[in-house]
Amino acid sequence: MGVGVSMKSGAEMTSASPAVAPVSPGRPQVVGAHRRDGFVAAVRAALASLVVPGAAFTVALILFGIFIALTGHNPLAVYYQMYRGSFGTAFSFQNTLVRAAPLMLTALATALPLRLGLVGLGGEGAMVLGGLGAAATATALGGHGPMAIKTWMLIAGGLVGGGWIALAGALRAYRGVNETISTLLLNYIAIALLNHLVEGPLRDPSSLNKPSTLPIGDDNMIGNLPGIDVHWGLAFGVGACLLTWVLMDRTTFGFAARMVGGNVRAALLNGLPVGRLIVIATFIGGVCAGLAGSIEVAAIHGTANASLITGYGYTGVLVAFLARSNPLAVIPVSLILGGIGASGGLLQRIFDLPDATVNVLQGILFISILFSETFYGQSPRQLWRGLRSFRRGAAG
Amino acid sequence: MSAGTDMAVSTGAAGVALAVLGGAIRISTPFLFVSLGECLTEKSGRVNLGLEGTLVMGAMGGYGVSYLTQSAWLGVLAAGLLGVLLGALHAWLCGRPRVNDIAVGIALMLFGVGLAFFLGKPLIGPSAPHLPSIALGWWSRSAQVRSALQINVLFVVGIGMAWAVLYLLNRTRWGLVIRTVGESADAARAMGYQVGRVRMLATMAGGFLAGVGGSFLSLFYPGSWNEGLSSGQGLMAVALVIFARWDPIRCLFASLLFGGASALGPALQSVGITSGYYLFNAAPYALTLGIIIATSSRDRALAGQPAELRIAR
Repeated sequence: MGVGVSMKSGAEMTSASPAVAPVSPGRPQVVGAHRRDGFVAAVRAALASLVVPGAAFTVALILFGIFIALTGHNPLAVYYQMYRGSFGTAFSFQNTLVRAAPLMLTALATALPLRLGLVGLGGEGAMVLGGLGAAATATALGGHGPMAIKTWMLIAGGLVGGGWIALAGALRAYRGVNETISTLLLNYIAIALLNHLVEGPLRDPSSLNKPSTLPIGDDNMIGNLPGIDVHWGLAFGVGACLLTWVLMDRTTFGFAARMVGGNVRAALLNGLPVGRLIVIATFIGGVCAGLAGSIEVAAIHGTANASLITGYGYTGVLVAFLARSNPLAVIPVSLILGGIGASGGLLQRIFDLPDATVNVLQGILFISILFSETFYGQSPRQLWRGLRSFRRGAAG
Repeated sequence: MSAGTDMAVSTGAAGVALAVLGGAIRISTPFLFVSLGECLTEKSGRVNLGLEGTLVMGAMGGYGVSYLTQSAWLGVLAAGLLGVLLGALHAWLCGRPRVNDIAVGIALMLFGVGLAFFLGKPLIGPSAPHLPSIALGWWSRSAQVRSALQINVLFVVGIGMAWAVLYLLNRTRWGLVIRTVGESADAARAMGYQVGRVRMLATMAGGFLAGVGGSFLSLFYPGSWNEGLSSGQGLMAVALVIFARWDPIRCLFASLLFGGASALGPALQSVGITSGYYLFNAAPYALTLGIIIATSSRDRALAGQPAELRIAR
């Protein structure tokens, strides 16, 4: 299960593979040639980071197209309607943006810990509890001005979400508890907590069919961005991606965190506070997911109830992997997956396809992207050879 | 306090205990099959987190085939075979260089659940033949005892399977190969075993068991196909294997414990204790988490853990 894998000390460390790839012995060490090699490698790596996911995305679309054809629909027609339902009209594009906003935030809950080598899935639970925390805060602060209530709702939601995932991070760092399992369990516990609180202590007596907390009040809702029918959550999502990108790629904290992800042993030997880094990174990720929950409450529902259980947390995991845990890449990937989600309703109406159609496409996309990991760092010639042997293997 | 209320309390407590016992037996079966499958797979040095997807696919496929053929056992077989397919897909993907088995598991979980919901849409509603059960409570006049001891055949098969997996792992040549691959892939390779193939077979076998576990959900308890059928049993079973220290017999007892914990909320509700019902729903998850926290350690590896799983990924 890999419990505590990153925290080993002592003898087992010596068998670690070296962090830096050794320079191949046969290569002449001419400075100029070396530099050019470095440039070529950099260009190749940059190209690979565009071409490989692009190819994986295309392959996934082809596989899903075959699946759709097998169910008796025309894949091209389905794809056209998906385009219409996601980006084709102003209305659908706004729908896409509204869905992309929480995805950006929940994706960060997985993407930041992933940079440290932790596979966490806690976005869903952090989002649910963040929303609950925001609604409870609004109730507790009743009578204050809207600006104060809005601010504290967002802060409270973020802190609750951050604490929730940091709990999993701390368990991992100081107790060796596998974070994948613990975050999943925490999701279920969070949902049970939500159900308990909205059915009992926090229930608004007038919410009959759908037990909810007291409404936060129209004055305390955060409204739309100027000019479009998309709420402020989008700005928070984009802002969080930009900020965390700066944090992870342009600060010493981010460097240390990435070092933990690259080689825990090297990080420990260099005296980095690995445990603290893990807790901080999981906390920041959790803050983002909690924020997503508070925004859902403060911008859409106006109260906390079972509508907070959206599945955005799990789609966010997919976004994080598709973006290869790069916060900047999270923005466009969230738009794509938000678009896929937005088009689900149209597919249901026009083709009578079940709402799980979107999940099938997401699953295929996820598998395809993970499979594509194997093609990084290969030259086109190696790739070609690999594909040919792969074809032979498949045929034989 | 009068004698009358005393009586009511004592039968209430007995009722809860019976309901928990009956629930433990009913609810534990999917846990048992999935955890045995995961145990087998992990012994070969690989983690398959996708068994939740396999479980749901098995539930859907088993129900569909049982409905179409009017034979519940064909449904069970079909569920197992679906699990084999998903296991093979997992093993094949993980066999590629630089592909992370945890991430593939998550992907297959999403994929399996999505596909099952997609294909299972027409199966919501029609009723399929159920698996038979054995009435072990025939001696009692109490209806509660009778219903608690209504034991499904698959549960009995599962108990036998626990010992079968134990025998396979500890007493057979194949088991030795699986454990060798799980303890040291390099050593196994040096001895001429094909690590990838062994893991492929172990993952497929694990998938079969998980698929069968899924068929129990739709063919016995709760006993119909719908989208809320699984509440993460496949995931909890993976955690349960850690708790059971990779020992098939302990998987059996851990499954019973988890089944009992899951039955606690409904059992209390049946005797009128409804406050905190939703909190009791969290009992199995909280129990799992508590046990993992209690048994994990930062510094030492877990006893019984295959060494290949300890190596930092």
